[in-house]
Amino acid sequence: MARAVTPRRKLFFTLAAWTVALLIFFPVFWTILTSFKTEASAVATPPQLFTADWTLQNYSDVWARSDYPRFFLNSVIISIGSTLLGLMIAIPAAWSMAFVPGKKTKDLLMWMLSTKMMPAAAVLIPMYLIFQKTGLFDTRIGLVLALMLMNLPVIIWMLYTYFKEIPGEILEAARMDGASLKNEVLYILTPMAVPGIASTMLLNIILAWNEAFWTITLTTVNAAPLSAFIASFSAPQGLFYAKLSAASTMAIAPILIMGWFGQKQLVRGLTFGAVK
Amino acid sequence: MATQSSRATARLMLAPSVIMLFVWMIVPLAMTIWFSFRIYRLLSPDRTGWAGIRNYTWFFNSPDFWLGISNTLLLVGGVLAITIIFGVLIALLIDQPVWGQGPLRILVISPFFVMPPVAASIWKNLFMHPQNGLLASAAQGLGMEPILFLQSYPLGSIIFITSWEWLPFATLILLTALQSLSSEQLEAAEMDGASALSRFRFITLPHMTRAITVVILIQTIFLLSIFGEIFTTTQGGPGSASTTLPYMIYKQALIAKDIGRAAAGGIIAVILANIVAVFLMRSMGKHLDT
Repeated sequence: MARAVTPRRKLFFTLAAWTVALLIFFPVFWTILTSFKTEASAVATPPQLFTADWTLQNYSDVWARSDYPRFFLNSVIISIGSTLLGLMIAIPAAWSMAFVPGKKTKDLLMWMLSTKMMPAAAVLIPMYLIFQKTGLFDTRIGLVLALMLMNLPVIIWMLYTYFKEIPGEILEAARMDGASLKNEVLYILTPMAVPGIASTMLLNIILAWNEAFWTITLTTVNAAPLSAFIASFSAPQGLFYAKLSAASTMAIAPILIMGWFGQKQLVRGLTFGAVK
Repeated sequence: MATQSSRATARLMLAPSVIMLFVWMIVPLAMTIWFSFRIYRLLSPDRTGWAGIRNYTWFFNSPDFWLGISNTLLLVGGVLAITIIFGVLIALLIDQPVWGQGPLRILVISPFFVMPPVAASIWKNLFMHPQNGLLASAAQGLGMEPILFLQSYPLGSIIFITSWEWLPFATLILLTALQSLSSEQLEAAEMDGASALSRFRFITLPHMTRAITVVILIQTIFLLSIFGEIFTTTQGGPGSASTTLPYMIYKQALIAKDIGRAAAGGIIAVILANIVAVFLMRSMGKHLDT
């Protein structure tokens, strides 16, 4: 039985909800808008919502001033690479914890999550030295490894909660029929877990894309992704608002669009499967 | 169900993750412990040797240390409080019958996709800047003096910016929980004459406990190591007004270039983070069991 909804009530809540949502979204909207203004109208008083002199100049300026394609490519390689590598290592681990749990499984999961609680700043110098010594400093492989390990607990945790929802009887039946462990994982488990794996992937690409501590401290030029690109634009005197906005838009647009499309899977992934 | 051999295989499948995470954790930690007892200054490289516990006592005697701890707690607690309270309110609002719930969710989730340095720089320059920021213009339009957000209320401003980034996360998880609440129960309570407030208090809120737990757990993990927001906006200032413990360590390492002290601070931070972790896991573990 649906609750009776009067049109007036619905109109009221619609207006209220849209007002709140637009307020939350406004900073992003304003940044995108400013990126198409001239520098003069970007700082005009009073602020102008719409100006007469729309321009793409800022984008071509930013494009000319820095090697955007390289930063972009690094971001793509690092976020996708670390996510795929993480999945390869995490899937077997999550599988074994979900289907062959031991007494210590819960503790192990908690320990894994607790490794994320180590403040990054605390181990900055050792990391820096290790990366220098091993030749991983300012390389894509180095960052792929670092971000993979950083997000590994999250990946394992998410996959574990998804795998737990798969009924064990199906696996037992497969075993009775003589399926090997490899086939069990490959042909039964993985297809059933695809939605879970997809949302884990999506969330981790976003986390890796937006990571800004290790990507800035462990790179200089070659492997620097978009988070480093934007750091170079945050000049002390933010007088180039339109260019700053254009650079910001270029840094967030790819992930924003991807996130919008994957929003449904993402929300489910975000909850670590713990909220239905 | 599990046989001997499948147990062995399971352990084998678990091994790479456990070993890698262990090495990833223990090697930097061991090096940090070692450095924390050494004299290790990049600005005077010829002075080396054991420092005893002087690196640690320097931290405990520094007035910035206690300020840093209270700032860290205020930041984590403030953001948690704001995102959960407003998250619940906004989730309740969006859960009402409204037109365009899909687009609404897309608008609300957007700040989550904005990387921290960008979020911080947008707020710092386009909104909170004392001359050209939109908030300054708004204040002038109303005939008021512009507020110097990052100078007068540095920590408050950082809490605000960080809350903006994390509000979508809290809202959407709470919304997911709300949508699984059966409306029959609420209707029955309504017919029995329960007020809207007590329906929320006794039915809706208990239903969301688990979701709130998840929000607290995950946000705390990420909030404890907040860095980009402070770095981009105030650099910990003015003075040390917005310096958190991790940021104080960062300053010791990269500005004062005293690796020994930074390492001692790091060990203190790790111990404190572990206390928080144990406390969290204990109290959260109950709610998370399936």
